[in-house]
Amino acid sequence: MTVAPASAETWREWLMSDRPQSRRQASLGRAYGAWRAFARNRLAMAGLGIVLALLLMALFADQLAPYSPTVGDLRTTRLLPPSAAHWFGTDDQGRDILSRIIYGSRITLFVVVLVAVLAAPIGLAVGTIAGYAGGLVDAALMRITDIFLAFPRLILALAFVAALGPGIENAVIAIAITSWPPYARIARAETLTIRQADYIAAVKLMGASPGRIVLRHIMPLCVSSVIVRVTLDMAGIILTAAGLGFLGLGAQPPSPEWGAMIANGRLYVLDQWWVAAAPGAAIFVVSLAFNLLGDGLRDALDPKGVK
Amino acid sequence: MKHSTFRAAARLISAGAFAAMLAGAAAAATPKDTLVVAWAIDDIITMDPAETFEISTGEIMGNSYDRLLRYDVNDPSKLVPDLAKSWTVSEDGRTFTFELRDGAKFASGNPVTAEDAAFSLQRAVILDKTPAFILSQFGLTKDNVKDKVKATGPLTLTIETDKSYAPSFVLNCMTANVAAIVDKKLVLSKEQNGDLGYAWLKTNYAGSGPLKIREWRANEILALERNDNYYGEKSKLARVIYRHVKEAATQRLLLEKGDADVARNLTPQDLDALASNKDIKETGTPKGTVYYISLNQKNPNLAKPEVREAFKWLVDYGAIGDTLIKNIGIIHQNFLPVGLLGASTENPYKLDVDKAKALLAKAGLANGFKVTMDVRTVQPVQGIAEAVQQTAKRAGIDIEIIPGDGKQTLTKYRARSHDMYIGQWGADYWDPHTNADTFVRNPDNSDDAKSKPLAWRNAWDIPELTKKADAAALERDTEKRKAMYLDMQAEFRKTSPFVMIYQMNEVAAYRSNVVGLKIGPTSDATYMFKVSKQ
Amino acid sequence: MAHAERVQGGGRRNARLLRAADSVGRFLVVILLTYLGLLAVTFFIGRVIPIDPVLAVVGDRAPEHVIARVREEMGLNKPLWEQFFIYVQKVLQGDFGRSVLTSNPVLQDIRRAFPATIELATLGIILGAGIGVPLGVWAAVRRGGLADQLVRVMGLIGYSAPIFWLGLMGLLVFYARLGWVSGPGRIDVAYEYTLTPVTGFMLVDTAMAGEWEAFGNAFSHLILPASLLGYFSLAYISRMTRSFMLNELNQEYVTAARAKGLSEARVIWRHALRNAMVPLVTVIALSYAGLLEGSVLTETVFAWPGLGLYITNSLQNADMNAVLGGTIVVGSIFIGLNLLSDLLYRVLDPRTRATR
Repeated sequence: MTVAPASAETWREWLMSDRPQSRRQASLGRAYGAWRAFARNRLAMAGLGIVLALLLMALFADQLAPYSPTVGDLRTTRLLPPSAAHWFGTDDQGRDILSRIIYGSRITLFVVVLVAVLAAPIGLAVGTIAGYAGGLVDAALMRITDIFLAFPRLILALAFVAALGPGIENAVIAIAITSWPPYARIARAETLTIRQADYIAAVKLMGASPGRIVLRHIMPLCVSSVIVRVTLDMAGIILTAAGLGFLGLGAQPPSPEWGAMIANGRLYVLDQWWVAAAPGAAIFVVSLAFNLLGDGLRDALDPKGVK
Repeated sequence: MKHSTFRAAARLISAGAFAAMLAGAAAAATPKDTLVVAWAIDDIITMDPAETFEISTGEIMGNSYDRLLRYDVNDPSKLVPDLAKSWTVSEDGRTFTFELRDGAKFASGNPVTAEDAAFSLQRAVILDKTPAFILSQFGLTKDNVKDKVKATGPLTLTIETDKSYAPSFVLNCMTANVAAIVDKKLVLSKEQNGDLGYAWLKTNYAGSGPLKIREWRANEILALERNDNYYGEKSKLARVIYRHVKEAATQRLLLEKGDADVARNLTPQDLDALASNKDIKETGTPKGTVYYISLNQKNPNLAKPEVREAFKWLVDYGAIGDTLIKNIGIIHQNFLPVGLLGASTENPYKLDVDKAKALLAKAGLANGFKVTMDVRTVQPVQGIAEAVQQTAKRAGIDIEIIPGDGKQTLTKYRARSHDMYIGQWGADYWDPHTNADTFVRNPDNSDDAKSKPLAWRNAWDIPELTKKADAAALERDTEKRKAMYLDMQAEFRKTSPFVMIYQMNEVAAYRSNVVGLKIGPTSDATYMFKVSKQ
Repeated sequence: MAHAERVQGGGRRNARLLRAADSVGRFLVVILLTYLGLLAVTFFIGRVIPIDPVLAVVGDRAPEHVIARVREEMGLNKPLWEQFFIYVQKVLQGDFGRSVLTSNPVLQDIRRAFPATIELATLGIILGAGIGVPLGVWAAVRRGGLADQLVRVMGLIGYSAPIFWLGLMGLLVFYARLGWVSGPGRIDVAYEYTLTPVTGFMLVDTAMAGEWEAFGNAFSHLILPASLLGYFSLAYISRMTRSFMLNELNQEYVTAARAKGLSEARVIWRHALRNAMVPLVTVIALSYAGLLEGSVLTETVFAWPGLGLYITNSLQNADMNAVLGGTIVVGSIFIGLNLLSDLLYRVLDPRTRATR
């Protein structure tokens, strides 16, 4: 154990030390370095800001929303265009769209985060192991990946939801189960090109175990592509959840899930554009934020790109 | 390598833009002799009149197959001759004799004879597909149909029933698609393994109607063509083409642009928006389809009479009628749609939360309860479900909506494993018994019952009403019969676990150069052969 | 899958042939396994979805005895393992059965629906990759600059705007208002019965028949939905291109090439992109496969009788014969594209050719 330094200045020096005295210091130092790289990227910080704002919005939905997200009046407030009273207008049940979007951020965050957290690691692990191990392991893992990939996605998701039962949680699990294969393919493709690199050979010579090589030396290199893909997929995930909704397996009305709101708005696209436009814009902003965040992370984490 | 593909793509795009501009300039209205109808026709599964039972096929059959008689589109209580020029009923009311018109021909050129008529009815009963019950309910079975339905002369057909039913009931059933006359010679020439031409007729045509079926490409197109052998006034249009267009907004764009002459699945707000377009007209007719919410009596809360009544006070009929189903539906709280014999027009219920609360308190459910409702994710059904969810909440009832696709919710409904269900029922043939048979008849409420009408699906055990419905089907005095149906509807309104909401009003929007388009009360009475274009 | 076997210098003929036979054999086993997996999963789906397949055949109104008879005819009363056995047996004989919805043999249905989707997807991917790759390169070169942000926002709009919304807006603007393109459907009704379908590809059929007016019409129907799908894949392809290019531009050989005084264009397009193409091929192939699956929403909005609509509609009716047919087709495309991208790897990337 090293003795922890006292002042902020020395903390920094400790973290930035060229000669870390312990494993912990080294990894903390790396993390700090990554954070500094990340923080320098203004766009990435903007992305982070939006994501944090989304989090706050979800937390304080009760305080922020001007109206109830589930109560409307068919006679008096149906399909009103945006105005001072209803900033984003109202929907076909007379509900305030702004309030629905604010409350919907909870569901959206839940869906997006859960899918990313479930699907990305599976894909990464399968892809890198297959790519590095080669031979039979590769063949077996890639067969499974291919079967999943070769299957029309919505159909596979539908089958899983059918097995699990209706509800947004199950829809999320189904989407996660069906969305890892592309990550696996990308990770494997990257692994194949990295595998032959000199430094991997060097690590191997030093007697590192295959597990360690995959975990420590290959995965970090693949993470960046996978992150880019996952952040890009964010909007897709929200819209897939809506797609399941069409088959009756997504969010339950009157839940203000953004994808379901868009799906509902399609009937009004030609005359009451705001019903679909507002949740569409919300999805856009959030996926932009995740995308910026992802790019920032990619740059900060990429060991090849360290400045 | 990269550059060349890019350049190729660029070339392609510019070529495309050029071609597109040419075509755009050339794009004009549909051909003069062709009517293009944009309609969701993905429900079609067969072209065989002995098997069809879907909405869009109903219309196709109505235009392409003749039957013995039809009902008058302007007054559905009247019957008019089709292939039969006259008919008589025997003294005991059990034998019906039809005299066929002379000289009628099938599209194939074969003459229409009583043999064909007898074969068609026998075939429908023997094949025993879904709509066969319309004929077999008169005591016709596979074994006896060849004796009961006979050609007694070259142009004379007799049908014998097992009981003396109301004559209008029997004759009304003969207007249904399942009683359409097929070309015996042609159908039998295509027979495989004694299937009575079933496999062939699924995708082919053997009728005598004013239009003949030229081609059906599932989910894409259905083309009808003028039948020059038709006995009556020939169709003015050479062709009627139904294009499968599922999305309402797409239908509307096609219509506005003139690439479709008629659009059939527009939403209330589309119809509102089109009302101000001078190139477009609208026409609508109340259909024999009613929409309802039903309460499964297997759920102990829903089985309480007070709760059943409370739900009827928890629907904001007025607001729903003015918004969600504006133009496409009419509030209607009876199981018989307006237009059928004896249909009541009394609508006593309106939104009254306090009354509902009092009823719930009387049932010992003052604090409300939780219940699920299976809902198809289509409009206006989902919208109505959400509106009812809101109003029910005001009385403390928490409705959890379980969304699903049509077949999925239906599977659950038919298994009686739902709590609440929102759905619709369309008349199978133009007689009040069709709806009485399903809403107020439940001969056997056990799980393995032989017939499973809507009353059974909601476990509504009603021996008394069942008897009344049976008696009404046999009543030969029309006025008395009418009174019996009014009586059943009054009781149904009070006690049934069905919250009847509205009767469908089918609206078509069409280009103003289309003349003579009229939506029929049933799908098989929308006659495209009477339409022309200026 | 299928790694390069080490090729020994001056190998003998026999050994080579043996190895070739061996890898062909392995390849066949791999394909067989994938198909069997697809079959099993489809079968499983058909049995777990809570939709009664009998309903699609007889509808809602059928009397109980008709329902019971049809259930028997469809073999749904047999034990599961027996149903699966019969199912596999039939498929192995090339009998995919009939679709209950269309009454046609499934293969015939697919022969009609699939060309519609291929036409759309191919033009879509040509547009998507043809524009997406250069945009991605541009964004990578101008990393952090205005160009980069522009490409990002443009791509993201394509990604997060609901496709039916873009589709309807596209129709509203380019079809209804401006009249630049034709509307929904594959061809105008006026041309519907002027030509006989041979290949099922409208463009090919009209071109073969020399009906250039119809060809133009078919193209003007195709261009809008194809652009939409292209835009959708462009978003993804340009992002991935940017990411791969950034990786390459950091490499030493790029610095070396620059140091040698090669022009910047040459460094980027000849060297960096060439290497970035390796993983990019997978990305483009996957996007293409995704487009070939058919997009239900696009096909719905454009009344396009393609595979996506066919499969979804069949699934909603538990018409499992049709679903299986569609799945096998989608699966085959995937396997094919997969092989192709593996092959391209080896051609494009010297590293995967190296000895183990």
